[in-house]
Amino acid sequence: MGETFNNVVKKMGIPRLIISTFFVIVWILVFVKDLPAASLFSDSVRRFGMNGILVLAMVPAIHCGIGPNFALPIGIICGILGGLISIQAGVGGLGGFLLAIAIALPISVIVGWLYGIMLNKIKGSEMLVATYTGFAFVSLMSIAWIKLPFTHPEMRWPIGEGLRVTIALESTFGYILDKFLKIEIGTLRIPTGMLLFFAFMCFVMWVFSRTKAGIAMKASGDNPKFALASGINVDNYRILGTIISTSLGAIGYIVYAQSYGFIQLYQAPLMMAFPAVAAILIGGATAKTAKISHVVIGAFLFNGLLTISLPVASSFFSGGNISEVFRMIVQNGIILYALTQVGGGE
Amino acid sequence: MQSEYTLQMKNIQKDYYGNKVLKGVDLEVKPGEIHALLGENGAGKSTLMNILFGMPVIHETGGFQGEVRINGDATLIKSPEEAMKQGIGMVHQEFMLIPDFTIAENIKLNREISKQNIISQTFRRQSLEFLDNKAMNADARKSLDILGMDVGEWVKVAGLPVGHMQFVEIAREIDKEGIKLLVFDEPTAVLAESEADNLIAAMKRLAESGISILFITHRLDEVIDAANNITILRDGELVATLPKEGTNVLQLAELMVGREIEVTQKEEDTINVGSEDVVLEVKNLKVEMPGEEVKGINLNVKRGEILGIAGLAGQGKIGVANGLMGLYPSTGEVKFNGKVLDITNTHEVLENGIAFVSEDRRAVGLLLDSSIEENIMLTTMQVKGTFMKNYGFMRLLDSARVRTHANQMIEDLDIRCTGPLQPTRRLSGGNQQKVCLARALTLEPEILFVSEPTRGIDIGAKKLVLDMLVEKNKNESMTVVVTSSELAELRSVCDRIAIVAEGRLEGILSPNASDADFGLMMSGEYHKYHGTKREDA
Amino acid sequence: MAEVNIENQVEEKTLGQRIVRTILQNSVTILFLIVCIGGIYASKLPVFFIANELLTRVTRNTFLVLALIIPVMAGMGLNFSIVVGAMAGQMAIVAVTNWGIGGLPGTFLAFAISAPIALLFGKGTGILLNKTKGQEMIASMIVGYFSNGLYQLLFLFMVGPIIPIAVKGMVLSHGVGLRNTIDLAKNGDGAPGIKYALDTATIFGLETKVPFFYVLLIGALIGAIVFAYRIVKSQKLHLQASEKNKNMINLIISVLLIICSVIVMFAPEMLSKQMQMLARLKLPLLTASLVLLLAGFNLIIVKTKLGQDFRAVGQSKHIAQVSGIKVNKTRELAIMLSTMFAGWGQIIFLQNLGILNTYGSHVQIALFAIAAILIGGASVSKATVGQAFLGVILFHTLFIVSPMAGKNLFGDAQIGEFFRAFVAYGVIGVSLGLHAWKKLMMSKA
Repeated sequence: MGETFNNVVKKMGIPRLIISTFFVIVWILVFVKDLPAASLFSDSVRRFGMNGILVLAMVPAIHCGIGPNFALPIGIICGILGGLISIQAGVGGLGGFLLAIAIALPISVIVGWLYGIMLNKIKGSEMLVATYTGFAFVSLMSIAWIKLPFTHPEMRWPIGEGLRVTIALESTFGYILDKFLKIEIGTLRIPTGMLLFFAFMCFVMWVFSRTKAGIAMKASGDNPKFALASGINVDNYRILGTIISTSLGAIGYIVYAQSYGFIQLYQAPLMMAFPAVAAILIGGATAKTAKISHVVIGAFLFNGLLTISLPVASSFFSGGNISEVFRMIVQNGIILYALTQVGGGE
Repeated sequence: MQSEYTLQMKNIQKDYYGNKVLKGVDLEVKPGEIHALLGENGAGKSTLMNILFGMPVIHETGGFQGEVRINGDATLIKSPEEAMKQGIGMVHQEFMLIPDFTIAENIKLNREISKQNIISQTFRRQSLEFLDNKAMNADARKSLDILGMDVGEWVKVAGLPVGHMQFVEIAREIDKEGIKLLVFDEPTAVLAESEADNLIAAMKRLAESGISILFITHRLDEVIDAANNITILRDGELVATLPKEGTNVLQLAELMVGREIEVTQKEEDTINVGSEDVVLEVKNLKVEMPGEEVKGINLNVKRGEILGIAGLAGQGKIGVANGLMGLYPSTGEVKFNGKVLDITNTHEVLENGIAFVSEDRRAVGLLLDSSIEENIMLTTMQVKGTFMKNYGFMRLLDSARVRTHANQMIEDLDIRCTGPLQPTRRLSGGNQQKVCLARALTLEPEILFVSEPTRGIDIGAKKLVLDMLVEKNKNESMTVVVTSSELAELRSVCDRIAIVAEGRLEGILSPNASDADFGLMMSGEYHKYHGTKREDA
Repeated sequence: MAEVNIENQVEEKTLGQRIVRTILQNSVTILFLIVCIGGIYASKLPVFFIANELLTRVTRNTFLVLALIIPVMAGMGLNFSIVVGAMAGQMAIVAVTNWGIGGLPGTFLAFAISAPIALLFGKGTGILLNKTKGQEMIASMIVGYFSNGLYQLLFLFMVGPIIPIAVKGMVLSHGVGLRNTIDLAKNGDGAPGIKYALDTATIFGLETKVPFFYVLLIGALIGAIVFAYRIVKSQKLHLQASEKNKNMINLIISVLLIICSVIVMFAPEMLSKQMQMLARLKLPLLTASLVLLLAGFNLIIVKTKLGQDFRAVGQSKHIAQVSGIKVNKTRELAIMLSTMFAGWGQIIFLQNLGILNTYGSHVQIALFAIAAILIGGASVSKATVGQAFLGVILFHTLFIVSPMAGKNLFGDAQIGEFFRAFVAYGVIGVSLGLHAWKKLMMSKA
């Protein structure tokens, strides 16, 4: 009995075990406290779908050896740009959504390529420099949002210069995926379209991992010396991984925004890398290995836990947003744990 | 109790997990004596010194048997700190110097002299005392003067020439109180000739002052110059202890290398020396591999032969294959089947049909967390595009073919595993090596470079690996170049053996050549002794 | 050779090469200086205003920045977890305000309370950082975020039900959680709080706010004497050429400062009306003394055995270990000290600011302090007291002028603020990137 328990602990990893336990406890409390389970579940599923591709963006980064992509805000901003241009062009609905992606992708490729070149010069310190590059980029773009010549009334401040902080998507591509094939049974709402799109992106990544390039990229991150000895150009594959990660960040944000109903500019993307990093780590990935199953499990556990913990906690404590505090502790705690497992760069 | 001997080691035995590396070695050193310790790689010299110095690796693996006496008193040294207290100092091969500190600061590292002040007395902590730089500089000066060094003790270590740095290392050891015995591990390996001369002179001065010196080296002429007595180890056994007066370089060389012939040597008629068809022509190969530098080698590999590359550790033999495969910065003219080959481009080398099994299977040869089948197919898939299937407009992994091939390899090489999906991390050393071989063979190469093929593998697996190399060579006319520290193995499978010393080709011998010849070549003393010049192969 | 600290370089040959090298090495500082000067002009703010604001900010912020130096010495990089120390300081302030103890006693009591808390937190952080060797900086950053979560848990949910707060005004309306802002000018009973306690302290009846330029004059005189002495005795002290040059530069700066101070205080007719007002700048002596004490501590600790241990561990953990130095304990101690100083630094900061933003005051201090010291020319492996001071001056100058500069140049003050944030993040990102690149280049050499 003791041995099977130890095996389970080892297989799942302590953090995953803790989070899963929390998850179960919180769900039990939902029923104990007679909270609206169906709508809570719907919210969890929606948050899961919203964040899914952003978590998926961690996979190519980890595979190619640059570690979890703490500079995800860079990709997110490429996505924002795509969305803004799409709105400016006045294309609505599914067309607008696809246009946003079509514009965001080439931007992501170029930006990702440049960023990848930089990362190759700082091997071993990627995570930290990534974080601050991401921060600096967000601040730089904040200046850009004020100055860029967008003219669409939905986007600009009515008086004064610059884009609004929050731009509503109702008239353009808001909710477009969510509504597609959606399932509504009473208070249970499943945004099938978005989930299908997420599944499709996962599939694309999976197929890529079985191509010659995908396998070479994974070898580069797994053991650069081995890869070099097999004639693989490790530096190039690191750049490739960075480009893919940035692009997924862009696409992921567009999907996120359409479900949320808003694009958020200025300081909003600043901290968006951390939940995604935490999610994939909770799913069982490490700074050096990641699978698509980790993405799905992690995104589900992390977002599910956070979505439900607020109403559950509120029913116990009054006042304050304990969900936010909870998120800070859980999210950063798991990243810390993962860092202790990296084993040092010596 | 005063004794005739500073150090006595009696009947020292040590085994690592059943593998006996020291089989009963005796060693005695008198005060003021310079004692040389000679032996090939794996002879047991480092292990013996680790025992003397109380290194953790000894005690974490079951300790040792035998007795150690310092000045006649039996002692059990369990840590480097205890060794230090007993008056044993060690000058390592890898310098332990902090570049940004001055010479004096390095000499006094963690043994600083300090003066009390108000705060240190209030909090009663020695760490808060002020450093007494004047006293420390004075002590450092004393040690430096004994060694005949005229550099200022306030100079920072960064930027000092290598010879000076070594002297600072030594100064640090003799500054320690009560030093009775100093151990030098290959001290002249990194030094230029003039610096080496200075070092030998310093050693002699130290010995005159009563300190015993034990030095490990492979440079036979230094031994004859400096040592009073010489101990030779071979395969963990004590071969001989001789006073310098009664011996010479030739005898030492022979003792170092010769062994009872247990391994069957190649018969004369199977040695394939005749063919003049050169498959790989190497001119002036230089390789910047840290620790195994190659400083200019000319070598012609004949088609269909098994060529061995031998030499002592750190002399460059490992660098040759690594450089030819482009894994380390290298220059030189290389022609493969008459065509120029760009050895800096690993992909091109592999594409041309030259494969490599690295000496470092864990760090370079394997993806430890990937399965056996993934490891086996990866290089060939990247180089030749095999193991892929068309799915519409994409080419994706053909899992079925990968599986079949892996199973075939597992059978052919007798890889003990739970199946092709097992992560290679879980395999034993021998089986891991077989996976590396399988990966190289999958490429169906014309030339196969194998480095240290049997390192860390049990006897049964060793034989299998060597037999397999011979078989591939005979039946598939694969040219094989084996780099190995184990001379006996090379002598049993190779047609010719090239010996690399000090980054250059010392010469090429037939496996039947005399032990003395091998010993001299490995020490780099062959031409010095015979008065001949190095030639191209 | 074992891992090496990369700041040691061989002296260059020609003067031209040396000048180019100096410019490259200090490029961040020089660039920033240019941006600052540009910003001062663009903002069109009066000199006295800038100088006054700057003096206030430097006095209250430098202590925190100085707390970063010891971990850099010990090879742990930039300590992003000084946030934890700041939280300890804030906890102490809450306690002191709650107990109604204000003024100087209140402030010193806060110092006394925050110290053990900060040391404890610092020990925990140190242990964690020892487990993440090679990634200390990002780990310390995440530790900061993580502890913020715990801090909020404490103050948002435990205050009230579990931790009793006597002062009604400090608790949120529904009885749970500490208020978002706590006014430090008064404590609960209407008695004076700790605001300006250090700044306006009187010792034996004497005011401790003295004209700044008198202090500068005296300080520069002492400095000039010290530097001149060191230059004259450089042979005996075995100073290397680069150190001699540094003393030369410092001497020149000291002399310039003497001249400036003399003009401002004794010959104001030579200056414009605007500049004459500079004579009225006042320096809170007590606060400044505390800052100088910490600066002095950083300078003196290097001359002790402990400092030598810090340096050895920072240069090479491996060599230090082999020599018998307790590497892990030394590193933990470095973080503990840094955290404790950060706690005190935050108290000094807040007593001047006068308002405690319970959930916000501590959040960005790591970013600002680290950006400041990097701008001053520090790096991941080397940080000095001089760089701390220089960096704070430059960084806060930019802080003061950017909103108005942004408005004047681009028509929007917001741009100035975003630019400020961009610069802070950018400086850190670039500095870290450069250091990582240099490290990579060195390991290949």
